[in-house]
Amino acid sequence: MLEVTSTRHNALIDPSLHVWSWEIPLYLFVGGIVAGMMVLAGLAMLRLARGDDPRNFFSMQAPLLGFVLMNIGMLALLLDLTHRLYVWRIFTTFQVSSPMAWGSWVLIVVYGVLMVSALIRLPDAWPWLGREVPVLHKLSDAVVTRPARVAALGWANLVLGVSLGIYTGILLNTMVARPLWNSAILGPLFLVSGLSAGAAVMHITASLLQGRPAPQGMIGGAFSALLQPMGSQHPEKKTAHSLVRYDQVFLVTELVFIGLFIINLHTSSASHLSAAALIMSGPYALPFWGVVVGLGVLLPLAWQGLELSHRVAHTVLPAMLVLVGGFTLRWVMVNAGQMSHIVPIASLGQ
Amino acid sequence: MSRLGMVIDTRKCVGCQDCVVACQTENDVPQGFCRDWITTEVRGTFPQLTMEIRSERCNHCDNPPCVSCCPTGASHVEAFGKVVLVTANKCIGCKACIAACPYDARYVHPEGYIDKCTFCLHRVKEGKDPACVSVCPTHCMHFGDLDDPKSAVNELLRTRRHHTLLPEAGTRPRIFYLS
Repeated sequence: MLEVTSTRHNALIDPSLHVWSWEIPLYLFVGGIVAGMMVLAGLAMLRLARGDDPRNFFSMQAPLLGFVLMNIGMLALLLDLTHRLYVWRIFTTFQVSSPMAWGSWVLIVVYGVLMVSALIRLPDAWPWLGREVPVLHKLSDAVVTRPARVAALGWANLVLGVSLGIYTGILLNTMVARPLWNSAILGPLFLVSGLSAGAAVMHITASLLQGRPAPQGMIGGAFSALLQPMGSQHPEKKTAHSLVRYDQVFLVTELVFIGLFIINLHTSSASHLSAAALIMSGPYALPFWGVVVGLGVLLPLAWQGLELSHRVAHTVLPAMLVLVGGFTLRWVMVNAGQMSHIVPIASLGQ
Repeated sequence: MSRLGMVIDTRKCVGCQDCVVACQTENDVPQGFCRDWITTEVRGTFPQLTMEIRSERCNHCDNPPCVSCCPTGASHVEAFGKVVLVTANKCIGCKACIAACPYDARYVHPEGYIDKCTFCLHRVKEGKDPACVSVCPTHCMHFGDLDDPKSAVNELLRTRRHHTLLPEAGTRPRIFYLS
């Protein structure tokens, strides 16, 4: 028998760590979506640079929405900080060993690339702005008419999207004190989940204005520019299908990474086994298996499979389920991870 | 250059919490929080039971994960005594250090920055012991330079059986418990 009692009673620390609430899962989720959208936008730009018909691309305008979503994520991150007025301190130094420092600087570059990527589409996507600020057309033409520049921007989106997606997992991964996070698969898992969620967001927003003329004015035009990640011209049917096909690949890969993640925990130390129990049979088993795996991966996978084989009509419901699963994955990982702890060797066998 | 550490004799500690109160008074620790605390471990099967009472706090590790994860450098190793400290006006309150610490030795101060044991460096610089050590009624706590082979703490570590907390975390703690 081993009985441990402690007189410590610090808020947010005891009885088990819960310093990170909804803000961090939301930030990781939105960061993942933006990462996914950047990768898909990057791929579209590379195809445009190759001379393919731009109507076949599904994501040229994604950076516009990505830019707005990123701000929501950053707001959540800011809300999580408890000493907010000093946030500028991050950018007066560079701590090489800190994943959070790397992430903060990567986010600055991500913002820059998102802004440039958004600006080159803005005058066409938001005609009112194009008329009011004609210089934007010049800026857009300076990039869009030069394939080398489009390709460079495409690669920047691709590389930064992958970095951002993996970073959201690595941020947790490096904390040795929390065994649930000590798996290098967490980075790739968050990346594919982000890719899937990014594709889902584009699917949902693209269907909002389907078949309706896009508003041209100041406010309506701004909204329609945001909600048209597939461009103002409605994409060909095969393009929409290819988005769902991409999503199927992401979902299967996510399933494989979840399997590897669980195998990884079960083949590690007693601390990792104890951490795995939190999601296998403990308090987080239902949200993990029911919502993340069941509703968030398996059901959309089957549903979209039926859609692609023309057995059921295309809807945005599977995409919505993917988003629910994507957020719940981060919520479970952040909360169960905080609850996990190192099992002292001295307590084993007691 | 010194490397400050602490040696606590668990065979003398009675868990009176004088160290806890002394720390709260000396460092103006906000109500409801503590920088040090008492842990009691009972092992075995009745009637063959053993009990260890420990006064615990930040271990001022030689390999502190709280320092390496800090994005601003607020969490740092002070040159004096290699003590792990937090600079309040550099801390943004991201709580990464709290999640990284295997000992859960840190907390969010009501003013927003992250707070923890400082080994009472303000006292140590004046040649005094940390508050917790100075008030211990059983004299179970010893404080000194681990780099000085002649220090009292090294003498105890040479002659007594001892252990650290969670050595498997690889943090190389500088608080040793005599057992």
